[in-house]
Amino acid sequence: MITVTHYLVLSAILFTLGVVGVLVRRNAIIIFMCIELMLNAVNLSFVAFAHYLNSMQGQLFVFFTMTVAAAEAAVGLAIIVAVFRNKETVNIDDINIMKW
Amino acid sequence: MLNLVGLILLFPLIGTAINGLIGKRLRKETVGYVACGSIGLSFFISVLVFCGLLLLPPGERLFEKQLFSWIESGSFKSTAGLQVDPLSSLMILIVTGVGFLIHIYSIGYMHEDKGYHRYFCYLNLFTFSMLLLVLGNNFLLMFIGWEAVGLCSYLLIGFWFEKKSASNAAKKAFVVNRVGDFGFALGIMLVFLTFHSIDFTEVFSAASHGNFEAGSFTVTIITLLMFMGATGKSAQIPLYTWLPDAMEGPTPVSALIHAATMVTAGVYMIARCNVLYMLSPFTMTVVASVGAVTALFAASIGLVQNDIKRVLAYSTISQLGYMFLACGVGAFTAGVFHLMTHAFFKALLFLGSGSVIHALSGEQDMRKMGGLRNHIPVTYKTFLVGAVAIAGIPPFAGFFSKDEILLESLVRGNLLYWIVGAVAAFLTAFYMFRLLFMTFHGVSRVEHHAMEHLHESPGNMTLPLTVLAALSFFGGFLGIPGASVINSFLAPVFGGHGHTEVSGAEAGVHHSAWLSSLMMVVSTAIALAGIFLAYQMYSKKPELPGKLAERFRVIYKLLLNKYYVDEIYDALFVNPIKKISVQLWKRVDAGMIDGSVNGIARLVGGFSNILRLLQTGYVRNYAFYIVVGCIFIIIFAVLGKVKF
Repeated sequence: MITVTHYLVLSAILFTLGVVGVLVRRNAIIIFMCIELMLNAVNLSFVAFAHYLNSMQGQLFVFFTMTVAAAEAAVGLAIIVAVFRNKETVNIDDINIMKW
Repeated sequence: MLNLVGLILLFPLIGTAINGLIGKRLRKETVGYVACGSIGLSFFISVLVFCGLLLLPPGERLFEKQLFSWIESGSFKSTAGLQVDPLSSLMILIVTGVGFLIHIYSIGYMHEDKGYHRYFCYLNLFTFSMLLLVLGNNFLLMFIGWEAVGLCSYLLIGFWFEKKSASNAAKKAFVVNRVGDFGFALGIMLVFLTFHSIDFTEVFSAASHGNFEAGSFTVTIITLLMFMGATGKSAQIPLYTWLPDAMEGPTPVSALIHAATMVTAGVYMIARCNVLYMLSPFTMTVVASVGAVTALFAASIGLVQNDIKRVLAYSTISQLGYMFLACGVGAFTAGVFHLMTHAFFKALLFLGSGSVIHALSGEQDMRKMGGLRNHIPVTYKTFLVGAVAIAGIPPFAGFFSKDEILLESLVRGNLLYWIVGAVAAFLTAFYMFRLLFMTFHGVSRVEHHAMEHLHESPGNMTLPLTVLAALSFFGGFLGIPGASVINSFLAPVFGGHGHTEVSGAEAGVHHSAWLSSLMMVVSTAIALAGIFLAYQMYSKKPELPGKLAERFRVIYKLLLNKYYVDEIYDALFVNPIKKISVQLWKRVDAGMIDGSVNGIARLVGGFSNILRLLQTGYVRNYAFYIVVGCIFIIIFAVLGKVKF
């Protein structure tokens, strides 16, 4: 029997993978994909809870998340393209002008 | 008429404002007219006020005009008001009268100076301040005037501030006066603590009618502190050193401030507070002793000085010593009388010396003068009157006042005071005629280029000289022994409300007529002896002084260097204080205060430098911090430490 715990553990594993990916990878596109992974990990737990609690709210939230993720992907990719045009790299170690 | 008293103060203040604010754009004549006109009007009103006072019966001659309520703070109340009584009315006459003459003289003397309007602005301000000092009806107002005249004195001594010596002299005067003023301010505070008022009338009536024991500790301290202020302002031992240096200022300033008016403020103050002083026999002894010693001490220095103005400066110190001697033995009338006659003849002498300096294109060294009497006859004649007056030859003004002081010091004080006073009188006659002979008689030692420009001063300078000469001649008749007008006039101030005190007129009964006459003869003889000696040494045998100086080399050197008092003060006070100040500056100010402020800044900077390492600019690091933070929050949430 697959319980809600299994879903949540899977969600946590996926989220942690996303976090670690964001923290250790250098390539901006990979980091971007890791962020998507984190979002989807959260989506998974939403759906799991929705089923478990017999409530549609969780599933509604997933739609919102996906909308935001789509918008974010569009803006984020555009930024990455713009950065690449300026610096000819997407290695975030080279993008460090956020400090004075 | 007494209600007009406020105008006396107003006119000089208007003059100050006009000359100070727009004087630069006015023509020189206008500046002069404004300055002299304001003092002239002030003098006119003073005469009116004086007459108004005379119309009142002697017992009621006290008029107070309340101007406005000034400070009210808790139990402290001070009303700004003006007080007219015989003493202050006499003082305003002297200040505005002599001041007016000196203003007129200044028009001629300062004619070529580029700071013309500045000069008259200061001079008017001084007159205002002095009048405020004299007319104030409480200690605080007097203190304001007291400080303001000090300020004007500073400004005018340093009038030619481009000269290093002048600006140094100004600073010295200011700092030395500060020492005395410190005591005066403490004295006023103690008066308030003791009497809960600073109003003259209230304090003095409380002191004389209250349950106030004579010679009590408090009143002794009050009077001593106030006397400390007086020694500063009136150039008495130990704070006299600023006055000779103050001669760096323009000569009319020396005449007005450092001879006739400001330096007598101390005498006026003690005379005003006579009730308090009479309550403290110890302070009276101190005042009399300091006065007597100063009179002799300064006169002895005056014997050998070669700068014409410095001789007069030491003479002023010495004469002020006489006034304090008189006050110290309780003869306030004699002190004030001498204050008045001294204002006449010393202003005359200073203005005369100014005229000599003017004639010689700025030469002040008497060794480069001589034989001037035919070249500048008016100056010579008036100067002669002044010299005779100060020497104390009857019937000139100085004779009566000095004779009265000597007599009173013998009758009320003791023989020692009299001897010191008499010796000082002898020295006075000697150095004044030494000055006269060196300047006006004998062969001319004037340098060639000065000789070419030698000229008598213009009319606006000789007129004041003539008027002052007349005053120096007639001024003494106010105080002829036995029929002294000034005694009876001032009696309400000095005898009216002091039960311990015997007024001058009453005391006059005690000393017999023969003693009085004998004293007159003796003091005349003393003066004549001094003049004769000066004549012998400086007119008949001009080589004698040099020989004497050679013979008594040590004494001569000692006197010439003013007993090395300046050097001693430098070694004892000035240099140690300078050293301490340098240490304070380097250690405390630069080291501790600046160091701590800078240290805090450096500490914050250093700490920030460490914190700054956290901010790498890599988004990844920031994300890492966020994750770490989240993990902590989750841990706390799980352990139940944080309630959401």
